[in-house]
Amino acid sequence: MSQETETEIEGEYERTNGLRGPPPEARPRPSGRRNSQGTRIDPEVEAERHPRRTVISALVKNEPGVLARASGLVSRRQFNIESLTVGETTNPETSRITLVIEEPEPGIRQVEKQLEKLVPVISVQELGRDAVRRELVIVKVHGSDPDKVHAVTEMYDGTTLDAGPQTITVEITGDEQKIDDAIDAFQQFGIRELSRTGQTAMARGDEWTTDVEEERYERMHERWQTPTNND
Amino acid sequence: MSERVTAPVEETDDAERTVETGAESVIAALEGAGVETCFGVQGGAIMPVYDALYDSDIHHVTMAHEQGAAHAADAYGIVSGEPGVCFATSGPGATNLVTGIADASMDSDPMIALTGQVPTAFVGNDAFQETDTTGITAPITKTNYFATDSDTVGDTVGEAFALSGTGRPGPTVVDLPKDVTNGATDRAPGEARTPDTYDPQMEADDEAIEAAARTLEAAEKPVILAGGGVIKGDATEQLRAFATEYEIPVVTTMPALGSFPEDHELAMEMAGMHGTGYANMAITHCDTMLAVGCRFDDRLTGGVETFAPDAQILHVDIDPAEISKNITADVAAIGDAATVLEQLDAELQHAPDAREWREQCQTWKEEYPMDYAAPEDELLRPEFVVETMDEATPDETIVTTGVGQHQMWACQYWTYRHPRTWVSSHGLGTMGYGLPSAIGAKLAAPDRDVVCFEGDGSFLMTCQELAVAVHENLDITVAVLNNSSVGMVRQWQDAFFEGRHSASQYPWVPAFDKLAEAFGACGFSVTEYNEVAETVEAALEYDGPSVIDFHIDPESNVYPMVPSGGDNGQFALSEDQL
Ligand SMILES: Cc1ncc(C[n+]2csc(CCOP(=O)(O)OP(=O)(O)O)c2C)c(N)n1
Repeated sequence: MSQETETEIEGEYERTNGLRGPPPEARPRPSGRRNSQGTRIDPEVEAERHPRRTVISALVKNEPGVLARASGLVSRRQFNIESLTVGETTNPETSRITLVIEEPEPGIRQVEKQLEKLVPVISVQELGRDAVRRELVIVKVHGSDPDKVHAVTEMYDGTTLDAGPQTITVEITGDEQKIDDAIDAFQQFGIRELSRTGQTAMARGDEWTTDVEEERYERMHERWQTPTNND
Repeated sequence: MSERVTAPVEETDDAERTVETGAESVIAALEGAGVETCFGVQGGAIMPVYDALYDSDIHHVTMAHEQGAAHAADAYGIVSGEPGVCFATSGPGATNLVTGIADASMDSDPMIALTGQVPTAFVGNDAFQETDTTGITAPITKTNYFATDSDTVGDTVGEAFALSGTGRPGPTVVDLPKDVTNGATDRAPGEARTPDTYDPQMEADDEAIEAAARTLEAAEKPVILAGGGVIKGDATEQLRAFATEYEIPVVTTMPALGSFPEDHELAMEMAGMHGTGYANMAITHCDTMLAVGCRFDDRLTGGVETFAPDAQILHVDIDPAEISKNITADVAAIGDAATVLEQLDAELQHAPDAREWREQCQTWKEEYPMDYAAPEDELLRPEFVVETMDEATPDETIVTTGVGQHQMWACQYWTYRHPRTWVSSHGLGTMGYGLPSAIGAKLAAPDRDVVCFEGDGSFLMTCQELAVAVHENLDITVAVLNNSSVGMVRQWQDAFFEGRHSASQYPWVPAFDKLAEAFGACGFSVTEYNEVAETVEAALEYDGPSVIDFHIDPESNVYPMVPSGGDNGQFALSEDQL
């Protein structure tokens, strides 16, 4: 191949390593375009999808390292995570991880699919807007005005956990908005310390939180109801 | 692929097998999975496992460096289709494996690494040669395990093995504390199974197949983009049948070299950063892209804004997480590549009407041929070396490479016709991959010729494995395309850093022929065109490892090139066009 093209290549194409063909500006160009998320776009319409805040629930096997895997995945892929909570379910073999994330639509789908890919993960689902969501916060404020603190605590259905001459510590449970409002309200006393758990959540009513839970529930109950003859 | 869900256990062996320690159970699990060859380096924490291996028929190849063991196991997995196995001790042994594990992970290769660990009681105490191996390897493995029990450690190894090769393959690690492997047990491992939470979907949903079929039928400019998944899923026959029947041009990604015969009329060869001009024109101008088993890596797509901007994307993949990760799919068919291609074939009612498009593709082949000038009185061109070696070797020769310009020339100027003949480091781009992977490839396919292309920089990173190739008497031929520099870096400096060659010149490389001889291999050195053919002949004829030090034109650069993040249709044919 090399020898026969040699003469042609000298001169005009000398600086192209022998490669021939029309230069970039002489080539046809396609008309379309994609956005930075890789979606084909109509140039007239909006190009990018905006982030949205949502809750994802994952049922996982209760084995060492599973939380590290889930959180490692989230941090490694730079997903915008707001909170992550975890705890055992009725079945001691499984835990539920609840993630609050703020991502554009493609990112949300990726969080779901990447989580699902982890071997100890059993099932993953995004919760609907009507899901039951709760968060707990412990707030420690300066104790100089106990009556007022108490009034604010009542207003937010909170519980006083500890009250002394220097500090008052209260607990508030509620949805995210309520917690944010309560923290705002306590600001006037001077918040010394604060600890939030992050949201935990569950599907409302008859719905199951992730799609395998009904079946797992029934299997577990069968097991409880069938006496084993082993011991 | 489906037959690899459980690794077969031979009944007769099973009955005879007795184990006394965790380590024996580990080896029994490997034997049960059919492992014949493994690679590794000894050390304190892995000694019980090696002691158990002493009585086994498994052939262990002692490597010079754990990175070499990992790459050899990786290549063994690529060529054989079954997970390659490597061993390392705790601490530095395990960390030396990390590059090879990450490499296998990026390329979805089946591989299992067994690492020694300090005894359970010392874990977490910063004991001598302790590292958090499961912590370090979590992001670069399909999954990993910390063994805790001598009774179950064999089952864990079996599960890691089965998981590695099932569905989308990937490396798995089992960390083996010394007390667990030393511990007494009489429990032989059972049949190797994947965990119950792992159940990849093999067959695509009917709606997806229907939607894909209707879109393809309506296409005027269809293209198939074959990815590495076509090879891993053993779908090359189905791909060839499908493309030929419906007359659709086929472009491949780099890991898919060999998935479709490059001398076929419909072959457009490799696309992407250093892909052919015609492949890049085809993927840029198509209106429908059937992407099979590819992950739309940025070296392929260039900037996503300009990737196949007019195309409906039909994405077939066994891993749902790949769908719409980088490029949004218009239709997603989740399943095994071979199965889905058969499903699609059954659903399609007619081929797309694409005669004009096919002609256009042929025109692009003529417009942008892969060519080079090689005047005999000038310095040796690397492309000529690659082509000469291709001509001198049989069809199914396996090519392995390091990373750099030489790797790209090996992609561009070698004609790949068969699956599992191309072994390279794609996703991670690991210099030093070539020689150890040639060792693994040769052991997996002793009857095939193995040729390794290396750069001088890349070769120096793992050249000590020559000792192993000599000891094992492996008939492999290493071609070092020696330009006394890290050429790919120098090329980028020429293009984007005003030719400021900061730290890219290697004027100190040794005489590689002498280096080969010092290891007991056969060495050659070539500077002239007229020495190439006969030296290649002599090296191929030599029964054992040989190294040819090709002193190539140090200014040779790789073209075509799409600058990183650029537009594939605007590939440069020379530096002036960048
Ligand atoms: C382990 C490692 N270190 C650094 C790099 C960055 N890198 C990519 S290509 C390249 C040059 C390779 O040089 P050489 O092996 O001589 O091959 P050539 O490009 O000259 O063919 C370098 C340094 C890499 N890919 N891998």
